[in-house]
Amino acid sequence: MSIWKHHGKFERHSLALVIGILLVVSVGGLVEIAPLFWLESTIEKVKGVRPYTPLEQTGRDIYVREGCYVCHSQMIRPLRDEVERYGPYSLAAESMYDHPFQWGSKRTGPDLARVGGKYSDSWHRDHLIDPRSVVPESVMPPYAFMADKDLSLRDVQDRMRALTAVGVPYTQDQIDSARADMEAQADPFSADGPALRKRYGEKVVSRDFDGDPERLTELDALIAYLQMLGTLVDFSTYQAAAPANER
Amino acid sequence: MTGENRETDAVTGVETTGHEWDGIRELDNPLPRWWLWVFWACVLFSIGYWVAMPAWPGVSGYTKGLLGQSDRREVAASLVDLRALRGAESGRLTSASLEQIEQDPELQTYALALGQSVFGDNCATCHGAGGAGAKGYANLRDDVWLWGGSLEDIRHTIEFGIRSEDPQTRMSAMPAFGRDGLLQPAQVADLTEYVVGLSGRPASKAAVARAAPVFAEQCVSCHGPAGKGDQAVGAPDLTDGDWLYGSDRASISAQIHNGRGGVMPAWGRRFDPQTIKALAVYIHANSGQ
Repeated sequence: MSIWKHHGKFERHSLALVIGILLVVSVGGLVEIAPLFWLESTIEKVKGVRPYTPLEQTGRDIYVREGCYVCHSQMIRPLRDEVERYGPYSLAAESMYDHPFQWGSKRTGPDLARVGGKYSDSWHRDHLIDPRSVVPESVMPPYAFMADKDLSLRDVQDRMRALTAVGVPYTQDQIDSARADMEAQADPFSADGPALRKRYGEKVVSRDFDGDPERLTELDALIAYLQMLGTLVDFSTYQAAAPANER
Repeated sequence: MTGENRETDAVTGVETTGHEWDGIRELDNPLPRWWLWVFWACVLFSIGYWVAMPAWPGVSGYTKGLLGQSDRREVAASLVDLRALRGAESGRLTSASLEQIEQDPELQTYALALGQSVFGDNCATCHGAGGAGAKGYANLRDDVWLWGGSLEDIRHTIEFGIRSEDPQTRMSAMPAFGRDGLLQPAQVADLTEYVVGLSGRPASKAAVARAAPVFAEQCVSCHGPAGKGDQAVGAPDLTDGDWLYGSDRASISAQIHNGRGGVMPAWGRRFDPQTIKALAVYIHANSGQ
């Protein structure tokens, strides 16, 4: 029982107690979190996942700024009812470039992990400006101001540089062309469209998301982001039953 | 710290911990036995759990556990069970034609139930919980159809969408006559009167007369000489009382100016063919057809 007598030393020295607590608590993080950064099996190997385009990333920042995550999750759990309602369960790979991730655990509104392409741009526009005009029972607040707010292009390159610091593989070319790419994605007739698709993939669509061709607004960015959510992985070719993809 | 000043409390007969704070001493009662046993049982259970279930991370992988449990395999199996539960009807939905589904009461009941549940989750967001639509979103309860209201027309629209990214989508685009400068503002105003007149409402005769040649030149190719529309290109009948973007002069003028065309996603990418068939039967059954 002599080991228990040493406990008195911790009780008498608060600094020793603090250090002791930190050591014990960090065991949980070291065992449960740290290995995820080196384990091969953490992130599935899938085709199609790419960093967000500058317009989508800016829309994502607006999504975070407005606290959309407070009511909407972005993770379809591997449960039958969720897969039936929302589509294939979310893969870790699909949020590999998310900083911060938007998985969430609170659903006042529906999960948005696969909302991309589910509704038209004009529905998103109507719904964000006045949710109850299309969904009478909705309790979502209106975000009409976004349609009037010009999108700031000022700091998009800084944001992309910050993301490269945490591991998002933006190239120097992508960062240099960020502003042109933003405008190209919101204008279906832009001459820069092919260059945008060369940088971010053929599936990137240029559309006038907010229905106002004259201006590039925050609504453009947010709808561009919402319309690509969950669309990157092709689930008709994804091998869900492969041993490497089981969890 | 412990041991040195331990003494037996006179009142309870229990030993104290040996601490004393301003004359206050603490009884050293043992932990309740039931609590202690539950604690040790939990410790033992957790060891068993580590062995049986995926638990410990390693250098290149993690311990899979003796049971080889996998959430993803379980949900896949659960979805197979669900299909089995839906059973024979689901299979017959695949093989039967849309007309056969409608004529077979048992199969129709099944299709309507499936259609209703899928409609509520996916279609009601735009078309309304009852399918009555809203400004810009078609009413599915009446017998007015932009792209055709037969079972096959409805199925095609659901599967490939309208102005969607699918190559087989229903496609047409009304020119933005005002915005793109194809017509002068005065001509748009006259045409608005003309369209109001087409639907049997009082309209300025002079404006209608001025607009007639413009209508004949610009509009008849899709809306027809009498303005009855053409479902092959989704051109609405302008002579009825049904308006997608509103019936008042401001709405009609805005539509001629901007040539707005709605987008419906291609649901073939989300639903299997049986579900699309069930939805078509559900929408057809609840329309005015």
